[in-house]
Amino acid sequence: MKKREFSLVHLIVPLLALFLLVIFNLFRDPAFFSVKLLVNNDGNYVLSGNLISILNGASELAIIALGMTIVTAATGGQDISVGAAAAIAGSVFVKILRGGDVSPPLILAAFLACCAVAMLFGAFNGSLVALFRIQPMIATLILFTAGRSIAYWINGGATPTVSGPWIGYLGGFIPGVPIPTPVFIVVICGALFALALKFTALRLYTQAVGINEGSARLNGIDTAWIKTLSFIILGLCVAVAGVVRVCRLGLINHETILLDIEMDAILAVAIGGNALSGGKFSLIGSVVGAYIIQALTTTLYAMKVPSTAVKSYKALVIIALVTIGSPVVKKYAAIWFGKLMKSQPRKEEVA
Amino acid sequence: MKTILEMRNIAKYFTGVCALHNVDFTLRAGEIHALMGENGAGKSTLIKVLTGVYAKDGGEISFEGQSVTIRSPQEAQNIGISTVYQEISLCPNLTVAENMYIGRGKQSTVNWRAMERNAAAILERLSIPARAKQQLANCSLAVQQMVAIARAVDMECKALVLDEPTSSLDEQETAKLFELMRNLRDKGVGIVFVTHFLEQVYQICDRITVLRNGELVGEYGIKELPRVQLVAKMMGKELDEAAAIRHDERENSDGAVVYEAAGLSSLNCVMPFDFSIKKGEVNGFTGLLGSGRSESVRAVFGADRITGGKVKVNDRSVKITKPIHAMRQGLGYLPENRKSDGIIADLSVRDNIILALQVLKGFFRPFSKAEAEKLADEYIKALGIKTASADTPIKSLSGGNQQKVIFARWLLTHPKYLILDEPTRGIDVGTKLEIQKIVLKLAREGVCVTFISSEIEEMLRTCSRLIVMRDRKIVGELRGSEMTQDNIMRTIAGEAG
Repeated sequence: MKKREFSLVHLIVPLLALFLLVIFNLFRDPAFFSVKLLVNNDGNYVLSGNLISILNGASELAIIALGMTIVTAATGGQDISVGAAAAIAGSVFVKILRGGDVSPPLILAAFLACCAVAMLFGAFNGSLVALFRIQPMIATLILFTAGRSIAYWINGGATPTVSGPWIGYLGGFIPGVPIPTPVFIVVICGALFALALKFTALRLYTQAVGINEGSARLNGIDTAWIKTLSFIILGLCVAVAGVVRVCRLGLINHETILLDIEMDAILAVAIGGNALSGGKFSLIGSVVGAYIIQALTTTLYAMKVPSTAVKSYKALVIIALVTIGSPVVKKYAAIWFGKLMKSQPRKEEVA
Repeated sequence: MKTILEMRNIAKYFTGVCALHNVDFTLRAGEIHALMGENGAGKSTLIKVLTGVYAKDGGEISFEGQSVTIRSPQEAQNIGISTVYQEISLCPNLTVAENMYIGRGKQSTVNWRAMERNAAAILERLSIPARAKQQLANCSLAVQQMVAIARAVDMECKALVLDEPTSSLDEQETAKLFELMRNLRDKGVGIVFVTHFLEQVYQICDRITVLRNGELVGEYGIKELPRVQLVAKMMGKELDEAAAIRHDERENSDGAVVYEAAGLSSLNCVMPFDFSIKKGEVNGFTGLLGSGRSESVRAVFGADRITGGKVKVNDRSVKITKPIHAMRQGLGYLPENRKSDGIIADLSVRDNIILALQVLKGFFRPFSKAEAEKLADEYIKALGIKTASADTPIKSLSGGNQQKVIFARWLLTHPKYLILDEPTRGIDVGTKLEIQKIVLKLAREGVCVTFISSEIEEMLRTCSRLIVMRDRKIVGELRGSEMTQDNIMRTIAGEAG
């Protein structure tokens, strides 16, 4: 280990979990990590293997976890309507594309429209929370309940398909690039968040509002707007995630698209070392959390665990993770670590 | 008299900072023992070690002759050490009775009726003006404090620790509390009394232990340590700075009016009032607790919903309905309740310092890390804020240093008009003087300041004009030679001076 910075200390638990997952898989089956270059149906050279499918499969979750982190930080609550909102966003996307030929400009237009819709629903959630002071979970329960019905109404209950080379590029591979496109989309989203945090005071504002709203207000922060903004940002993430999923599948089933992703997203935020009660946050933590969840799922499938049983195995690992990350365990770990450092000062442990 | 509590060679370290170094403390049964020291002297830390909030890093504690290890506040309570902390740590959304009995019973069921009956009896016995079934949030800060004490008292404690119990009480309430403390002392309870009010120490205490910079200065009988010497021991130097602080230009009538309000009122039930302040002037709002002095300045800053009134800043009509409006006009506001309205507990000292200036600068123009660091370091140095680093969360600083951080936050915005509501509450003598000095220095530089304090003496020293409030109305204004304790009392009481 090099310099121990605050952010690193924060990330110890999620990184340790990821590390253990890797070790476990190495012992279980060294071939788990093999990555091969194959030719796919379209004649492209693409990378394939468990590692790639983890990276690829966690994309939607990672994107939503980014937004969920901001909402958690600012409001001390979570948005449970992201799956339903993604169904709406995806339906809008498909609805627009169904009419015409699927060309890049139309895809862009459809994407922008679905962003606008998702942000609108985010603003709806946000104003319920910020202006009417409804608890986030209850406020978003409304859209959680209604969202998939609204999605049903948009496309008249069908499960329409979209196809075209560009849809394939977005949801699968761009010719000549062996890495799936959703992975790049996550990188772009992450970069946009990093830029937003660098070029605005978003971090300071959301943390201040999340930790002490009254004090933040007395310092001139428009707390209602910051809370609403956090939901709008999450709305944007939901739109991107929805579009990625639609492009990946080439169709939308409003009942099942990104089903239960809200729980995984909240979990990713928690595993990432973020307090669900709001305040200080780490986006990297949440993203790592998302990949842990996906790695876990992929590992279980690779172990030939029946899909109905996967969730209960996942639960077991999650119990372990959240207990390790709990304040009580952390406190004892800190004491133990302190003793270790005292007995052998200035000596770094062997990783 | 029997010794009930003995602490020997207590040591406590926080990441690199030594908070307590070989401190001894002895408490006898049936005495009131003052624990004195400046901010960061280690009073709170010593108490938290005693009550099991912190684990000690060295030393021994014996209670009633037996060596004990106290691992949690619950354990402390079980052996008979009860504590009432400086900042009220009750649950505002529960009733008074619930707050008195919460977390005490071993049994899993609650006899609500008995609980309320007992609570009512204790409230009655201690003559605390609250009803058992009343929600705690509806009580005034002072009454909440008394409920906290009632809770501790009812737990049959042998040692009672009161950490700044009087900092939010007015004189009458303090007297009532003292009566209660004497009562308990006569019953053989040992009381540790932490306070910054020198007067009160000499009114009620039997012995004094003085700490400085985490070390023991000494233990004295009350009679053998005159006031001046106590201050000197706390500060580590002989000085008579308090006398040096005076408002020189008692009245600068030539200053231009900076802020002017007519018929200002807010939803927080302040009667419409007129108010103005001139350049370089220090004025004060005084009145009993609940008289509306805090609510008035909150209205000036736009902290509560404004329901009416016209405001002029520098002779230009402006609208101030939100704090940000006030800030843009050059106003700053240091709120009365540091914990709930001032600090952002988990954020670093640096973030806390730059917060207001960042908001003024705008969401899209954040300070770079280097800029923020530079500004924070400058003010940490200028105000002598004691912190391990600028990255330390503000919540781990002592109360006085937290207050200095909030002070720095507003100084950084270079306000034209600074409102300070109880800036010296719960702060030691040295820091109090420092803050008073800063206020007067600001005034000399042309900043106008509103200064509110429960200590009339302090206001007489710093203010050139006093606005007296009663029952949420301004009932008088005193300036110059009219400003005497007597006159203030009379105006508050409503007798014609």
